[in-house]
Amino acid sequence: MELKVKQVNRLDGAREALYLPALFVGFRLTIKHFWRNLFGSRDVVTINYPEEKRHISARWRGRHRLTRRENGFLSCVACYMCETVCPSKCIHIQAGEHPDLSVEKYPVVFNIDELRCVFCGLCVEACPKDAIRMDTGVISMAYTSRQTFDFTRDLLKDNYDPKAHSNPKYGDSDLPSPANQQEALPNSQGVPAS
Amino acid sequence: MEIILEIIMIPAVLAIIKIMVVILMFAMPLGTVLTLMERKWSAMIQDRVGPNRANIGKFTGHGALHLAADGLKSIFKEDTMPKGADGFLYLIAPFFGLIAGVATFAIIPLAGPIGDFTFQVTDIEPGLLFIFAITSLSVYGAVLAGTSSNSKFALLGGTRAAAQMISYEVFMGLALMGVFMVYGTTRVSGIVDGQNDYWFGNLIPMWGVLTQPLGFVLFFTALVAETKRAPFDAPEGESEIVAGYFLEYSGMRWSAFMLAEYVALVGVASLITTLFFGGYHVPWLHLWESAPQWLVTILQVIKFSIFTLFFCWFQIQLRWTVPKFRFDQTMALGWKKLLPLSLANVFVTAFVILAFG
Ligand code: SF4
Ligand code: SF4
Repeated sequence: MELKVKQVNRLDGAREALYLPALFVGFRLTIKHFWRNLFGSRDVVTINYPEEKRHISARWRGRHRLTRRENGFLSCVACYMCETVCPSKCIHIQAGEHPDLSVEKYPVVFNIDELRCVFCGLCVEACPKDAIRMDTGVISMAYTSRQTFDFTRDLLKDNYDPKAHSNPKYGDSDLPSPANQQEALPNSQGVPAS
Repeated sequence: MEIILEIIMIPAVLAIIKIMVVILMFAMPLGTVLTLMERKWSAMIQDRVGPNRANIGKFTGHGALHLAADGLKSIFKEDTMPKGADGFLYLIAPFFGLIAGVATFAIIPLAGPIGDFTFQVTDIEPGLLFIFAITSLSVYGAVLAGTSSNSKFALLGGTRAAAQMISYEVFMGLALMGVFMVYGTTRVSGIVDGQNDYWFGNLIPMWGVLTQPLGFVLFFTALVAETKRAPFDAPEGESEIVAGYFLEYSGMRWSAFMLAEYVALVGVASLITTLFFGGYHVPWLHLWESAPQWLVTILQVIKFSIFTLFFCWFQIQLRWTVPKFRFDQTMALGWKKLLPLSLANVFVTAFVILAFG
């Protein structure tokens, strides 16, 4: 096989040997940038991240949220579609019976392990009720413990306030017990079940 | 009060005070600030933001706090020593460069003398020869650091530094020969005063850069090579020998190398100002005969500082403009081009002085 050799044309002659003309060309460029950035219009494109945030598009797949019906109750009907489609098996749902027969089921437990999630968005596409979305715009989740990434149902509700839940824990009181379900959960028409 | 004044006027005490003032109020602070300024300015050249993260609460001072942060960091860092290093030499090597850098300021006048009082630590007869002697000392810093580290990269860096600095010293002296001839002295005050003469009446000051343009370019090149900064940073050679001769150092000793580099940078700038840009003399100021002495002194200090700062900036700009020379190119440039040029400069200068007086 013949070796491919690329001939580079070297610039020769007194102008190159003198070195100074090339130096001045370089100086013109660097001083121009220096000067422009010293005063007035800065060419700097850097975003000072924690203070300034980049604009992200509405389609960006960020942290999940569970949408609600008009009456404020979760839209999710605990159909397990998302749990089934999830490639990283990070959604965990437990269905409970909803007192309103037109709703039938609702998720008693709805956990997403955001640490395992690959943000593929398949859960959003699979959902028949448009109950799960990834449009919160939360693009960075950084916590210090693993449990924190296990987002529970109530944290995933769209009134999520990251500051208030910086160390969420799944407590008993978060779950409506069968006894108080009747009062706690309005039906699909927004009329309390009792 | 009288007694204090008398004590101050004892030459030795006065010299110590001057050394303190020059080093602690001029060389060191400027060198330290330049460590940050280089990072800021290079960021501006490259359209970056530069260091701005160090903060106290919300206050960052556009990165000014990095000075304090860096200092603190290097004080608290472990002072490591590689296995098999030559302990004593390894520990003292960083300070050779620093001492040599600081010693440059001994002969640089910051302003004109007022009566007997000079704004210069000492105005010795050999003058600039002292500078040559001292800068050759700084070679030891690099060589000792390189050889004592017991590291191959450091050794390579040390060897390169030795070869480069010794070769460039040769024509650093030769380049200044022209200046000595034109002003007829090696004494710094003599050279500075010589630059206060004018051509064509009071039109053009006889600055070194005008009487010795080639000498200026050569001397500046040699000094940049002496400080081992880009484009002559083959001894550090980040891309091939990591950091060269000070590769194994950490903490405060590493900072000493860095500080030495920047003090040397200030030293170069003030030497260039002194020898080629009229030193402290403000051009055409002598035309204003009724100027009060204090104002003249202040103006002189300002003029000197501005030129020094400009050349500090210029060296930094140079570093971020030109690519590094390969080591053989450094040597070829030195021996094959600059040395003959500086010899020619000496001959031409001598000829012109002989022919036209
Ligand atoms: S985005 Fe993908 S990985 Fe994450 S929960 Fe939805 S389906 Fe699973
Ligand atoms: S979020 Fe959607 S897909 Fe997932 S269980 Fe609820 S209704 Fe089904």
